[in-house]
Amino acid sequence: MSDEAGAGEPLSDHQKREIAVWFLSNAPAGEIHYVAKDVRALLGDDAVYEAAAAEAFPEYNKAHLVSLELPDRSGDIIISTYGELDKNDYLDPRTAQVATVDHIKQTCTKLRPAADEELPSAYIEEFRSALDIELSKYVSEAYPKGVCAVYCTNGKDIEGPGADFGFAVVISAAKRSPQNFCNGSWRSIWTMEFNYELQFIEIKGKIQVDAHYFEEGNVQLDTNIDRKDSTIMQSPDDCAVSITNIIRHHESEYLSSLEESYMKLSDATFKDLRRKLPVTRTLFPWHNTLAFSLTRDLAKELALGK
Amino acid sequence: MEAAMDLMRRMPPGSAETALNALLSLLPDHSLDLLSQVDLPLQVTPPPVTAGLPCASAFWVSSPWKSLLGIRCSAGRRVPFDRVVFVTKCAFVASGAENFCILFQVCMDKENMKEYILCEYNRDADSYRSPWSNKYDPPLEDGTVPSDEMRNLEIEANEVFSVYRDQYYEGGISSVYIWEDEDNGFIACFLIKKDGKGTRGYMQIGSWDAIHVIQVGPEEEGAAHYCLNSTVMLSLTTDNKQSGTFNLSGSIRRQMSMTLAVADGHLVNMGKMIEEMEGKLRNSLDQVYFGKTREMVCTLRPPPEVLNMRLPDS
Repeated sequence: MSDEAGAGEPLSDHQKREIAVWFLSNAPAGEIHYVAKDVRALLGDDAVYEAAAAEAFPEYNKAHLVSLELPDRSGDIIISTYGELDKNDYLDPRTAQVATVDHIKQTCTKLRPAADEELPSAYIEEFRSALDIELSKYVSEAYPKGVCAVYCTNGKDIEGPGADFGFAVVISAAKRSPQNFCNGSWRSIWTMEFNYELQFIEIKGKIQVDAHYFEEGNVQLDTNIDRKDSTIMQSPDDCAVSITNIIRHHESEYLSSLEESYMKLSDATFKDLRRKLPVTRTLFPWHNTLAFSLTRDLAKELALGK
Repeated sequence: MEAAMDLMRRMPPGSAETALNALLSLLPDHSLDLLSQVDLPLQVTPPPVTAGLPCASAFWVSSPWKSLLGIRCSAGRRVPFDRVVFVTKCAFVASGAENFCILFQVCMDKENMKEYILCEYNRDADSYRSPWSNKYDPPLEDGTVPSDEMRNLEIEANEVFSVYRDQYYEGGISSVYIWEDEDNGFIACFLIKKDGKGTRGYMQIGSWDAIHVIQVGPEEEGAAHYCLNSTVMLSLTTDNKQSGTFNLSGSIRRQMSMTLAVADGHLVNMGKMIEEMEGKLRNSLDQVYFGKTREMVCTLRPPPEVLNMRLPDS
């Protein structure tokens, strides 16, 4: 690791691409296009930029649960790993359609009805759609701009009771206010396993909340939490209600815990880090530098004396 | 450069170091500009190695400080301290751009048994000058030092600022570096680092880093012009099973310019400006850090009380 090593050597295309991918992947929610513009300007090489974008955008879209408007205006489709059929094809379980997306432009280019093999069986669909209906009600009440989807993650071809299956619930809400220099996003992913033998549903969730404020600075909130719960297996409608209640309960609780964190940190910061005023309750006596000089000289004399 | 600045405003503050390194490798010709606009927050433990990120030359895999130096000294010569500062000031003033922040280091002056903060302003090649002993560590034969007049001001500034720091921060580390400017004025850089480790059974890590750079114009008719650029970097993290991971971090900056009589000396003027600025920044922190981000969370998902009020209507 010598210091004379070519600091002036140009970066290889591969290295440039890695850097571009890093920047794109770390863009805050809703800001990837701004970041992309900057990265493109910095790279000065469109070929490398396009390769980086092709790599970074799909992962970003999936991680942030980006939602795109369906071409036929029947609603929104969420881009997530659960609905991914193919690199650019995503299933919207609610409308039983498959959309082809352009990850970089973040738009839907094609839409087609889903084939039977891509959809769950009627038995599973009963549970799925009951949950979807309850959940949509909850999401529209709780989130001013939220979208949700329910996917069957395993066992979608099960014809009747007797086997286990799994669902994934995805909730995504985003607020974009670039003119106010503020953006934020809420993402929750709940996975549940329906266990036939034990007549039991095991639920696990992960909630992530982010916010970014960037007027005259760069402030970012980054929080997440894991939750667990369970309930008994019932009819599709009853399951839907109890699962939604569980989700509602945990998410409200998390919101209160975030509020609490804010209060505690607000108090703690200003106690632990910087006081509002010195103990003397007056501003610092800058004029008394003479006093400090004297103290310094005295201290020196005392030190010499020792 | 505009693109680079915009990126720094969007990348997670905790990864600012990695981001800066990436920018430096993409724009080696702008390295001086980029480095001059970096406000380096201060940390007591060595910064983590930025592994995994491609870099212009092999020695980037070692400590980020070495890597920054590597780019700076690309022509194989040591850039003299005052020349660096001159360019720094120019770039700063010319583009009027924002500062962004990565993490700093603190070093122990063994002669005086006092800690001091490492930054671009007291660096020459690979060594850093202690404001207490005025010596470089590791030792440097012809390391740049301020003139006698500046050094005297620097000594006094460090002592007084240390008392100020104690009064407001009840702990922490501070350093002041002063050097001559080209037009008979001078530049003073006041740095404070405070780490808070909250207890109360709540695992929490917090840190406050403040950087105040004052450009003082030459004295004219008993008065001088002071231009202050301040940045505060704050980082707060809690991580426990109950409430998960909560991380709020970032930086805000402000500017203040005043023309004041020099009758009582520069230190009094600079000190008062800094004190006023810190007070303002502290309030901004409350509104910005806590206020705006909290508001955003509540906008995403309004608290139940708000919902309960709404339901009867719908």
